[in-house]
Formats: sequence, structure tokens, C-alpha cells
Amino acid sequence: MAFLLIFITAIFVNNIVLSQFLGICPFLGVSKKVETAMGMGAAVAFVLVIATLVTYLIQLYVLNAFGLEYLQTIAFILVIAALVQMVEIVLKKVSPALYQALGVFLPLITTNCCILGVAILVGNGTYDAAGMEPGLVSGVWFALCTALGFALALIVFAGIREQLARMDVPKGMQGMAIALVVAGLLSMAFMGFSGVNNGLAKLFE
Amino acid sequence: MKKLESTLPNMVIVLTLIAVVAGLALGYVNSITAGPIEEIKKQQLADGIKAVLNADELQVAEPQTRDNGAVIYYTDKGTAVQTTDPNGFGGKLTVLVGFNEEGLIQGYRVLETAETPGLGAKAGEWFQKGQKGDIIGKQAGNLTVSKDGGEVDAITASTITSRAFLRCVNAAYAALSEAKTDAQTGATTQIDN
Amino acid sequence: MNNIKVFLNGLIKENPTFVLLLGMCPTLGTTSSAINGMSMGLATMAVLVFSNLIIALIKNLIPDMVRIPCYIVVIASLVTILQMLIKAYAPAVDAALGLFIPLIVVNCIILGRAEAFAAKNGAIPSIFDGLGIGLGFTWALTLLGACREFLGTGKVFGLTCFPEEYGALLFVLAPGAFIVLGYLIAVFNKLKKA
Repeated sequence: MAFLLIFITAIFVNNIVLSQFLGICPFLGVSKKVETAMGMGAAVAFVLVIATLVTYLIQLYVLNAFGLEYLQTIAFILVIAALVQMVEIVLKKVSPALYQALGVFLPLITTNCCILGVAILVGNGTYDAAGMEPGLVSGVWFALCTALGFALALIVFAGIREQLARMDVPKGMQGMAIALVVAGLLSMAFMGFSGVNNGLAKLFE
Repeated sequence: MKKLESTLPNMVIVLTLIAVVAGLALGYVNSITAGPIEEIKKQQLADGIKAVLNADELQVAEPQTRDNGAVIYYTDKGTAVQTTDPNGFGGKLTVLVGFNEEGLIQGYRVLETAETPGLGAKAGEWFQKGQKGDIIGKQAGNLTVSKDGGEVDAITASTITSRAFLRCVNAAYAALSEAKTDAQTGATTQIDN
Repeated sequence: MNNIKVFLNGLIKENPTFVLLLGMCPTLGTTSSAINGMSMGLATMAVLVFSNLIIALIKNLIPDMVRIPCYIVVIASLVTILQMLIKAYAPAVDAALGLFIPLIVVNCIILGRAEAFAAKNGAIPSIFDGLGIGLGFTWALTLLGACREFLGTGKVFGLTCFPEEYGALLFVLAPGAFIVLGYLIAVFNKLKKA
């Protein structure tokens, strides 16, 4: 049941973009079209899960084991940067079709703060594990759900922006200004989910 | 000076060099700051215990950790109990509560919240003496907010936080009375840390 | 003279928040109050000034093909040092900003300025660029934080302007961040044209 709880909490209640403010740059940058939003969402999900897995193991067996916790930030960002490069190379060789779809987004992912953010949260065990012991399985599951939440927010937002492009917006508000206000309304809609996780937790007890 | 060429040895040497220098610098700063960080943590806890028991000076005994995660600090001026509730608004809420010999609330301090600053963070003042949700001097155990039929006024627009806060206070009292019963029957479940 | 121009450039014309729209995560995530926004801005500025300086100094030692990893190592080290100093000497700031301190590493402003300015200019102009962009970021975050705090709780920097009960709490919460920033950008666009 905890898995379901993490799933719902990470996607709806504590949506990484709309309530945690991580990964805003791609959220605003590549959300003009639904198609690109889907590509970006898939690429982030892919990298986020692998990155979380690798950084968690590094945290456990290297940083914690040798008392080097203070190297966390530097180690994680280097691992993520190297990982993104590797994923790019491997994808190119193994699945050119997938590379075609995700390739352009991969370089952007290194500086997507939701990757580093989630890696740090899972590495430190400070994420919302819904009563489960923070560990590898729940951490990776949390990363996957978070990525799905990111993709959901991105795709919904892109859908709205496609409509928005046809609207007659006052001159001063055109472009990013109106997009941000729309994001605010979307975030307000997601606020409606707050407390749902507590209710479900009680239900499952 | 001319820019270094992108040959393999150059790249490897430069990257390694920068990584080593960075590692050394971090190690050095870490060795300087590790002490103060540890100090501050201890200081904050000590200040917290003093504040919730309204004492300027006190002797703290070895802390006792209970099964449900509550930590009990016995002192010569009363007892402080630290508890955490996982279901605050947006995450964990950790509170330190001070009790006197009769088990009445002497004071409290919010140690950690994941709340939106300026919102649930208000719990730090709301339940203090003379404030709207005053719980000082009350008997803990089953305090509830007035919405749930209790006697404590919830923070305006933060019922979830208020409930989580009172759960912490009640859990603290429960841990304390449990510990007392255990001590009397001699079956202590003390875990040293 | 030239340095002053570089400095002013970051404050208004190339303001990272209102014009370049960079570093949005900390901009939205840490501005629930004016003081939080200001601490985040100053922390970022500190990293930016030093990373610009160091990169301007060592830029000739770095082969082109590995420059990005090198910049990242420099920036990440500076951020970690800052994080440890904040933890040790300003625990209140650490509590307020939390996860967003290590995330300064992936703030695109810092890597962006390293690549666009420090890698092409000398040490002194790079410092001024860091100061200008950093202050531009700081005042933007402080303004955003002040607006949200004012609308949400009736306070600015903790000083009460009107009773808290009349504030719209929404502005302190997540949606308020997006909406207030949207309107501030609109106002900034208008002012810049005038």
C-alpha cells in the first residue's frame, strides 16, 4: 500500500514542479508543444530513475562508507553529467529510434535541478516515503513517480499553452508573463489534492 | 599565455588536477566547519530544552529513545520530550515539549517543519502562553482542536498543522507516562545511543 | 568605466530573472518571504562572483573539450564550501533554504555566465559581471519575496503593514509564486519599453 501512497503523493499532492518548484526551467522552456513535452517527460523519467539508482549506491557504498558526505554535491553532479553522456551514447547505438525522440533533450537534463534534487533527497533519505523505510526500492520508486508527476505537469501545461497561443492576450502579458499566471492557476488546481495522502494513509491503516 | 590544446593527456591531467584541488579544498573547509556544525546542533537542543522548561540552567541526563521514536530528556527541572508526526502540512513536524513533575505542559518548541514559511511555521508562537491557542499549563494526553470537539483553538487556516502539532504533544505525553510505568515495573525498554 | 557598464548591465538590461528568465527554481521556491529571497540571492551571488573569478583565472589552463566538466567541478566545490559555511555560521538560513542551497550548482545563471562571460574576459571584469548579475538576481528575488509576503501575510521583512487575517495566504503558497512573478515580468516589460 505504501507504494500506492508514494505514487499518489509524488504525482498529485507534492507535484515536483507545481508544489516543490524543481525542474521549472524545462517546465517553462519546452512546454510550447505537447509532442516535445512528452519527449522531455520521457527523457527525464529515464535519466531520473537511473541517476537515482546510481547516486544512491554511491552515497551508500562510497560517501557514507568513507565518511565523505561533504563531497555529495560534487560527486552527484559529476555522476549525473557523465550518466547523461553515457545514456546519449548508448541510446544512439542501441535504439536510434528512441534516440531520435529523446536525443535533443538529453543535454538539457544535466542542468535540470529536479534530477539533482531528487538524487539528494533520496541519498539523504529525506523524501516522503509514506511510512516505508527509506531505501533503494522505495527511493527508486519515488524517483519514478516524481518523474511521472513532472511529465504530467509538463504535458498538461503544454496542452494549455497550445490553446493559449491562439488567444488574444493583452500586449504586456504576452509570452512568459501569461504562461506564469497559467502555471499558477494549474498549481492552484493541484493544491486541491493536498491532504489526499493523509486521508488515504488512514484508509489503508 | 596560450590556451592549452585539447589533447588527451592535457585533458586528463587538467581534469584530475582540478578534481584533486577541489577535493582538498573541500576537505579543508569541512575540517574547519565540522566542529561548529556539531556545536550548533548541540547548542540548539540544549537551548530548546532550557526554553521548554523555563529554566536558565539545568542538568540533562542521558537521553532515552522510546520504541515510537520519541526521545526523552530527563533533567532536574522537569522532562523534555521530542516527538515527530509524519503528517504535517507538507511533511514532518518535530516538536520538543517540556513537562513538569505532574505532567503539565511547561512549554514547547517546534524543532523542524516542512511547512510553508509564514504559514504552518506559525505553530512556533500560536500555542505559547497568552496566545490564541495557549496550551501551556494544560494536561496533555488527548488535546484536540475545537473543530474536533477539543479545547484548543486551531491556527487560522492551518487545521492540518494544528492537528499534527497536538498529535506530537499527546504522543510526547504518552511516551513519558509509558516510560514512567516501565520504570516502576522495572521493565525498562531503554535503548542507549 | 567599462567595468561599471558591465556591472549595470546585469542589474537591469540583462536581469537574470526578469529578462533572461534563468534560475527559475530558486526564484519561485525560496521567495515565500522577502528575507528568504534575499538570502538566496546573496548566496547565489557569492558563488557567482567566485566562480567567475576562478574560471577567468584558469580559463587558459582548461582544454576546450573538457571545459564544461571543469566549470561544473569548480562551481560544485564553491557551492559545497558555501553550504558548509552556512550550516556552521548561519543555521537559520540553512533551515529556510534547505535543499535549494546544493541546487545552486544547477542554477543555469552560474554555468551560463561562466560560459558566456568569464571564459572570454579577464578576472576584474568577470568579478564585476558576477556582482552585477548577482545583485540583479538578488533584487529580483527580494522584490518577489516582498510582494508575496505583503499580499500573503501583510508583512514586509517581518514588519506588519496590515493585519495578517486580511492577507491572501495563497500568495505565500506555490500558486502565488507563479502568479506574482508573471505580473512582475509584465510590469518590467512595460517599464523597459517606456
